[in-house]
Amino acid sequence: MTPAGAEAIPIATVVIDGIVKRFHGPAGAVVALDGVSGAMAAGVITGLAGPDGAGKTTLIRVIAGLLLPDAGHVSVMGLDPSQDGAALGAVVGYMPQRFGLYEDLTVGENLTLYADLRDVAPAVRPDRFSELLALSGLAAFTGRPAGKLSGGMKQKLGLACTLLGDPKVLLLDEPGVGVDPVSRRELWAMVEGLAGRGLAILWSTAYLDEAARCDRVLLLDGGRVLDDGPPDAFVRTLVGRSFRVAMGDGDRRRIARRAAEAPGVIDTWIQGRSLRLVTAKGAPPPTAESLGTDASPVPMAPRYEDAYIARLLEHRDGMVPAPAAPVVASVAVNGPAIETRDLSRSFGSFKAVDGVTFQVGPGEIFGLLGPNGAGKSTTFKMLCGLLPPTSGTARVAGFDMMTARADARARLGYMAQAFAQPSSLTVRQNLAFNASVYGLDRREGARRIAEAIGDFGLVAHVDTPSGQLPLGLQRRLSLACAILHRPRILFLDEPTSGVDPIARREFWRRIDVMAESGVTVLVTSHFMDEAEYCDRLGVIYRGRLIALGDPDAIKHQHADGDDATLEDAFVAMIATYDREHAA
Amino acid sequence: MKDVWRRILAVVTREFIAIWADRRTRAILIVPPVMQLLVFSYAATFEVSDVALAVLNQDGGTESRALVAAFTASPAFAPVARLQSEREIAPVIDSAMAKAVLHVGPTFGADLAAGRQAAVQLIVDGRHSNTALVALGYAGEIVGAFSAAQAKPGSLQPPRLVVRAWFNPNLSSRWFIVPALVAILTLVITTVIAALSVARERELGTFEQLLMTPLRPLELLIGKTMPALIIGYIEGLGIAGTAVWVFGIPFRGSVAVLAVALAVFLLSIIGIGLMVSALARTQQQAITGAFAFLMPAVILSGFATPVANMPKAIQALTLINPLRYMLVILRGLFLQDAPWELVAANLWPMAIIGLVTGSAATWLFRRRVA
Amino acid sequence: MNPRRLSGFARKEWRQMLRDPSSIVVAFVLPAVLLFLFGFGVSLDLRDVPVAVVVERPTPESMGFFHAMAASKYLTPIAIVDRRMAEEALRMRQVQGIVVIGETFSGQILTGQAARVQLIVDGTDANSARLIEGYVQGVWNTWAAQLARERLGAGAVRDAVAIDLRARVWFNPAVNSRYFLVPGLIAIVMTLIGALLTALVVAREWERGTMEALLTTRLTRGEFLVGKIAPYFLLGMGGMAAAVTLSVTVFGVPFRGSVWLLILCSAVFMLVMLGIGLLISTVARNQFVASIAALLVTMLPAVMLSGFLFDIASMPGWVQVITHAIAARYFVAILQTLFLVGDVWAVIGPNLLALGAMAVLFLGLTVLRTRRRLE
Repeated sequence: MTPAGAEAIPIATVVIDGIVKRFHGPAGAVVALDGVSGAMAAGVITGLAGPDGAGKTTLIRVIAGLLLPDAGHVSVMGLDPSQDGAALGAVVGYMPQRFGLYEDLTVGENLTLYADLRDVAPAVRPDRFSELLALSGLAAFTGRPAGKLSGGMKQKLGLACTLLGDPKVLLLDEPGVGVDPVSRRELWAMVEGLAGRGLAILWSTAYLDEAARCDRVLLLDGGRVLDDGPPDAFVRTLVGRSFRVAMGDGDRRRIARRAAEAPGVIDTWIQGRSLRLVTAKGAPPPTAESLGTDASPVPMAPRYEDAYIARLLEHRDGMVPAPAAPVVASVAVNGPAIETRDLSRSFGSFKAVDGVTFQVGPGEIFGLLGPNGAGKSTTFKMLCGLLPPTSGTARVAGFDMMTARADARARLGYMAQAFAQPSSLTVRQNLAFNASVYGLDRREGARRIAEAIGDFGLVAHVDTPSGQLPLGLQRRLSLACAILHRPRILFLDEPTSGVDPIARREFWRRIDVMAESGVTVLVTSHFMDEAEYCDRLGVIYRGRLIALGDPDAIKHQHADGDDATLEDAFVAMIATYDREHAA
Repeated sequence: MKDVWRRILAVVTREFIAIWADRRTRAILIVPPVMQLLVFSYAATFEVSDVALAVLNQDGGTESRALVAAFTASPAFAPVARLQSEREIAPVIDSAMAKAVLHVGPTFGADLAAGRQAAVQLIVDGRHSNTALVALGYAGEIVGAFSAAQAKPGSLQPPRLVVRAWFNPNLSSRWFIVPALVAILTLVITTVIAALSVARERELGTFEQLLMTPLRPLELLIGKTMPALIIGYIEGLGIAGTAVWVFGIPFRGSVAVLAVALAVFLLSIIGIGLMVSALARTQQQAITGAFAFLMPAVILSGFATPVANMPKAIQALTLINPLRYMLVILRGLFLQDAPWELVAANLWPMAIIGLVTGSAATWLFRRRVA
Repeated sequence: MNPRRLSGFARKEWRQMLRDPSSIVVAFVLPAVLLFLFGFGVSLDLRDVPVAVVVERPTPESMGFFHAMAASKYLTPIAIVDRRMAEEALRMRQVQGIVVIGETFSGQILTGQAARVQLIVDGTDANSARLIEGYVQGVWNTWAAQLARERLGAGAVRDAVAIDLRARVWFNPAVNSRYFLVPGLIAIVMTLIGALLTALVVAREWERGTMEALLTTRLTRGEFLVGKIAPYFLLGMGGMAAAVTLSVTVFGVPFRGSVWLLILCSAVFMLVMLGIGLLISTVARNQFVASIAALLVTMLPAVMLSGFLFDIASMPGWVQVITHAIAARYFVAILQTLFLVGDVWAVIGPNLLALGAMAVLFLGLTVLRTRRRLE
């Protein structure tokens, strides 16, 4: 199989030809890669995109010589990774998902270690180190243990360590996961500079906006290549199928739900006060009547994500599952559902959170954003009652989280960042535990568990240990557990991190339905398009709430132009804050 | 109240599933105790038998050969070499080929015949001090008996010491070791389960989710305690049964007293395990912490070496070791039908230790939870 | 092997070792606690054992035996009038034995009948019971001989003690259990450092995801293993040196062998332990499993089956066979000989050879199991 568009690549530094890789698990062989072919060229950033479990990491490991393919052949600058392991180390730089750093060693020690291991001559080290430290902006932190760096800094250090041996080929496995937009932009700048110097770079990612910035993208799904070529060409296939509808101040979620059910519509996504739509191949353009909206849909330039969703749905021959009937909150709330007043928390002399005040009304979806280490998680923990504030108050459902914790907890649902159900418990056992702990009596508990299993599509998995579920199903189970007791308030901490776009859509549909029925949702996320999904946003930076308002307002206030994204606004707002407070 | 019990029951069920469904934890519950039971029961013995004995008999007469035969016939000694000269003694001992040398001098038979006191020499390798001491004791007994047999019939009878051992007439080491294992192995398992209970949740990131439920800290603590208690209980009774039915060790006390004592003992150590768990951040730290507690607890319990042998300061230290008390109760119940006062005297210190560690664990727990 | 890569990697390992609190605990705190407990706390030697003495009729003879017991440093006789009270005291563990001197004791002695004294020992602690029996027997023998001399004349002496057993304990004349426990303990300390710490080091690289990064550098398999072994080898030898110094200075154990032989044997034993530790770590790829496996495969046998505490010759035959697979067995034999006897090649040679073979075996297996790939 010849990769589509291979002729466009000037010099193929890495050639991947018909790679098959099977893993032998307890349930028999699993095909991770099924005849994957492609190429990487010098001076080019090749994206490797695809949903969770598509085979991205396996492919990178095959190229790096860490796994032997069952069939097919890889050539890296003329070397065969399965034979020339030692020689490969001189030309390939590989950054694994957790960056390969020793957290108990300092920045300087990590650099020295990798310089030793990559045969960097002592004579050139001072220059090389200062160059890389400058490039990564870590010059001031050489004495700090790597474990004490922020996620973004770790990533840059990992990249610097990888670059030490002057590799010609750079393999980066999901460098953007869990990192805030500001850090991601800095990393992009670094990597684009490297491509400019002639390196061949493979960048694996779950963020589709990142994929769109690559020169070429290899799109995988289920171990097969869905597309291989420049992202523009891929997006172009969707011209005429992307639309935007203004929703005004109406009930956005109801409008969005009705539009999603309109004929020919395969994808919808709320973006502030407008709604994005993607139609099926060959479907007529939607109209205000067919969507049931006041405004008419306006065609717009398709995004990479639109094309991606469309392609995946075609490939899998399916669609985003429709969410179940609304879950009705048990009692209506009077007054604000969540309220903080001058919430502050210090660790020693360091003010992690400094006077944060905001309110979230009933039925509102409120997004809490902020770069890594800005105080977002600390705020979130105080709202959950997991951490006592130094001063100020946090009230949830009218209860002070420090004094009436147990009462407040009975009324809120919580979904932790990582999958936080004991992995050995089966789906049903997990649900049963939550039913008992939240005081549902036997009959009511059994009824709601049966309901949740049906609603969340877990019927086929009731007796599967939850640790063996795919990520998307785990998140679904977490949500099912969190809302089993019909909470009025739902706390979601990065609920969709690492989840593929289709599962993310399905997840947000459910959140929509709940919000419609009056549930208040507080969510943190690094996905900017998810932030746009929220009714209102609070941005926390350096422990302070630097912006509060609805996504459109924030966008217009901090970024210029109609094309500006929320990410642009986010980056601009932080730059402004830094500038104003530097003085 | 009904809600409280339902919540506790939910935590207990969840805990059991988590322990049992994880292959690694399950293996840790089963493999080490079985291995330890085997190794301790068979290898942990201070009994001495088959001491390698070299004989240097320079006499050659009937009496000397009879004395040598008395030694070689004894199960305590096993002949390994016959030496020809005194120069050979040092090499066989040095090289550890023989642990003892019986040296009968050339005048032995003549001395006896002449009514003089005859001397024999026994040289013992002191590298293993316990073996040396016990071998010396056996040699004394053999020579004493031989000596008595040499006495002329009708002469005056020397006074004799008649020895009887109560509770363990054959002085079997196994009778001493195996009842103690009921406590030792239970201690190890219970401490490890309790130490891992919270540390596991914390490492896997499930603890915060648990804290976000309406469970109160005390309910959580009780829920976490029960599995360790129940598993420890089953294991303790299982080992006691093995001791009686497999190793043939008598159980002379009351089963009800055993049941009560085991419960008090388990509660006192679960408190310690939970303290470790509340402090540890990872499972690794929990295991290291549990190990750091277990090792001194076993050494300073009187399990292998008597507490009375220890220096006074260390004896004082053993007073806070619950295992010390439990071993007295267990050995008493198995071998002697211990009087109630003996049990009581060892039961209340464990109860106090349990109260202290339980409160400390609760306090630490609340602090970590809040 | 490239010296710069090797030293860079070994240096990293050394730094990590020093910065990890658990390695500090295992390398320094636990050995110190063990040495302290075994050096000062644990003793197999009984002293001042309380023994109830029931004298049914006080006479010069019965009181004479009582005083002979009181003179022994091993026994503390406690006069109790009523036999039942003495038995009660035994049941309550207040005394460890009862000596009953009957009403007719003196009369029988004076009339030349076989006088009998009864000793009842508490058998729950079989070992102590046996020792107490030996102590009382010893006191009794001396006292009986003296009595015979005084009261019955020379002829009776011959009958009473026809044969004199002159026992001599070589190397440890005072039969001090510390002399034998402390040298063996060095093997335990080195097992702790060698196997328990290294069992974690490769597993940790896998768990923290740094192994993947290492595998794509130019680091070779040989450099990786030597880099892993060297720091822990140094730490283990340091632990050995500290333990030996403590043994000789603080605990007063004699050292009669040569230092270079001690260093050689310790080095070979350390290599065996490192080999086992690395092998466990390489196979387990998980710190938790590795630490439990290391405890079961190295620590437990080192304590129970090495001859450190329990005499191998007294174990059942099949257990003795198993002990041959335990490296600590050979090292304990070497240590006890080097400390108490000297450079006895007949002991050290075969044991050192066995250790050498085990070192080659385990390090070889580790080399074979170390792959440059993830599968």
